[in-house]
Amino acid sequence: MNNHQIPAPVKAVYFTRGARILALIAGIGMLAYFYRMIVGLTIANINDQYPWGIWIAIDVATGVALAAGGFTTAALAHIFHRERYHSLVRPALLTAMLGYTFVVIGLLADLGRYYNVWHPVLPSMWQGNSVLFEVGMCVTIYLTVLYIEFLPIVVERFKGKVDLPKPLAGLNKIIELSLSIADATLNKLISVFIIAGVVLSFLHQSSLGTLMIIAPTKMHPLWYSAVSPLFFLLSAIAVGFPMVIFESLLASRSFKLKPEIDILSSLAKMIPFFLGIYLGAKFIDLTLRGAWPYLLDGSVESFVFLIELGLGAVLPIILLLNDRIRNSFGGLLAASALVIFGVAMNRINVFLVAYNPLYAEKPYLPSIYEIAVTIGLIALLILVYRAIVMIFPVISVPPSDGSNLVDRTEGSLVEVRR
Amino acid sequence: MGLDRRDFFKIVTAGSASMLAGEVKAGANGGNHRFSDNFGVLVDTAICIGCRKCEWGCEQANSLAFRDKSEYEDKSVFENQRRPVPDKYTVVNTFEKPLDPANPYYLKVQCMHCNHPACVSACIVGALEKKTEGPVTYDPWKCMGCRYCMVACPFQVPAYEYAEPLTPQVRKCGFCYDKLKDGKKPGCVEACPNEALTFGKRGDLLELAHNRIIQNPEKYVSHVYGEYEAGGTSWMYLAGVEFEKTELPVIGSEPIPEITESIQHGIFKAFVPPLALYGLLALAMHTFREKQAEKGDNHE
Ligand code: SF4
Ligand code: SF4
Ligand code: SF4
Repeated sequence: MNNHQIPAPVKAVYFTRGARILALIAGIGMLAYFYRMIVGLTIANINDQYPWGIWIAIDVATGVALAAGGFTTAALAHIFHRERYHSLVRPALLTAMLGYTFVVIGLLADLGRYYNVWHPVLPSMWQGNSVLFEVGMCVTIYLTVLYIEFLPIVVERFKGKVDLPKPLAGLNKIIELSLSIADATLNKLISVFIIAGVVLSFLHQSSLGTLMIIAPTKMHPLWYSAVSPLFFLLSAIAVGFPMVIFESLLASRSFKLKPEIDILSSLAKMIPFFLGIYLGAKFIDLTLRGAWPYLLDGSVESFVFLIELGLGAVLPIILLLNDRIRNSFGGLLAASALVIFGVAMNRINVFLVAYNPLYAEKPYLPSIYEIAVTIGLIALLILVYRAIVMIFPVISVPPSDGSNLVDRTEGSLVEVRR
Repeated sequence: MGLDRRDFFKIVTAGSASMLAGEVKAGANGGNHRFSDNFGVLVDTAICIGCRKCEWGCEQANSLAFRDKSEYEDKSVFENQRRPVPDKYTVVNTFEKPLDPANPYYLKVQCMHCNHPACVSACIVGALEKKTEGPVTYDPWKCMGCRYCMVACPFQVPAYEYAEPLTPQVRKCGFCYDKLKDGKKPGCVEACPNEALTFGKRGDLLELAHNRIIQNPEKYVSHVYGEYEAGGTSWMYLAGVEFEKTELPVIGSEPIPEITESIQHGIFKAFVPPLALYGLLALAMHTFREKQAEKGDNHE
């Protein structure tokens, strides 16, 4: 590995203007969150016909999809040993870890009896027919795996540097010792966890796509397909690298670091391939199911379907196949943002737009509380991410070019949940 | 496969892939006769007079509300189509009688107690359960409130207590399981003055229904709703017009959970696919590591 690519805590001012705006949004979101915990789910616009709203479609389903950078990058760097991408592994891992953590936080807001969320781990309640059961189990285990994968970074930060103040000084040796033990064990076992993480991701990413298959009579034919799990898996894989690129570009902007355009651009070279497979599979599926006519019927569904795949898959393929665009900051940013947009839209479409329940009086639109919680959690996630990269060695910092770092995070407002 | 669902993990540990495949098939189609001994109710909309005594009976039996019987004579409720709600497991609605628009038909709505309930298949913790006797029951203490059952139900029956901040429940007709167990009729059937509701074994009810159709062809269309819908249901309906003209949904004869269950069981067939993927990735990791090591020597 190149020497100038050693991860280190980023040195920057934490509360820049952008961060303060994010903090405000996060604060409002947290208020809405606690309000929900006190008064219940009435503040959401869900009802007996539309039992699921954006907390499931965005916070959970989109959140999981956009955290896919974690397992795709881990597979690329650790399993296929593409060493040049090593500097991207840690940020992607952190994104996944925080992303899934926030998926759980978001899910808790949505569960009527959130204090029973642990029930699926009780063997007496195992329900092997339930797709949701499998998703729940995989996500739980994967989240644990992600925390374990992150441990070495914590160890690296503190090993040999444990220096608690006086009253606790006695603990220094003990902590130091446990850190060394953790370091040694983790080094041996980490591959086991990395592969497990990839397998678990394959399982639950695809199973999220199985969820709505249980409502065949309510789903719009453009999205209702028995191979929906395959689409969810393929699109998760396709959005993994764009997510890593998008974040890396924003982080370099925000922290005034030199963007690693050459690495990101060669990573981006693979995106059209994955997107192409996804598109091809969709194409074949629509043909086999004879669903093409629905695409031309002028309905809202046909329109959003076209946008989802046109802007979210076809356009980024075209953009990224162009060398000039792929090697520019703006081109990379736009193309990866489009893929993220497309996959997010797909999840929203599958869980909300395609879902047409019987007896509904009016279509579902989120309430301001639902929106506040969703956006607030995204803002909070970015803030926590920002804090962690300033404390722990996550981002590979090229030799610093100055100390007075001014933030320009306009972009991070659109930075979507991972 | 109604009741053996939770045996899935046992089957998985037994490790027999073919067993699983067979299992799914058996659940799929034609197995309707296996539910003949289940309890059910035949709702005859041609006889129902819309008195709403069943609503009263249900509310009494389930301690949902204690209103005076006379309150149920209010016909104005029929102006809107109603749905079961948390404190009302069953409602009576109207649908048009073609030759006599002034006197509509009436239709009692409640959980259908499907032979292959999608809600049960969906439930993440087994809070919903298909009992051997036929009822689909709910255990609020297991439930975590994910509402996936409501997404899954093809008849859009379960209602949720959104206004309840701490202990919301999924609410739906439980077929008065406690009464059923003791050999008693459900509350609504007891309250019906007109025998529009017939309680009995599903097999007998089907026979009764088809007999009524044969004997009164001018009175009924030849379709017992619930005989095949969604793989068959415990509650079934007779009507004088095509069911497309009622609020009951048009639903095919395939059990709703069929596809998701085949996918789930396919992925987890004795855990072979996940383990195979693990092995494959481990192999890749090993291979690429060696390659890298060779290259690495010259590089760094
Ligand atoms: S069976 Fe019992 S719970 Fe169901 S509608 Fe009748 S009275 Fe109500
Ligand atoms: S009608 Fe709906 S709630 Fe009732 S058993 Fe069938 S799927 Fe479950
Ligand atoms: S809401 Fe409760 S009963 Fe319904 S699927 Fe979720 S855990 Fe099961």
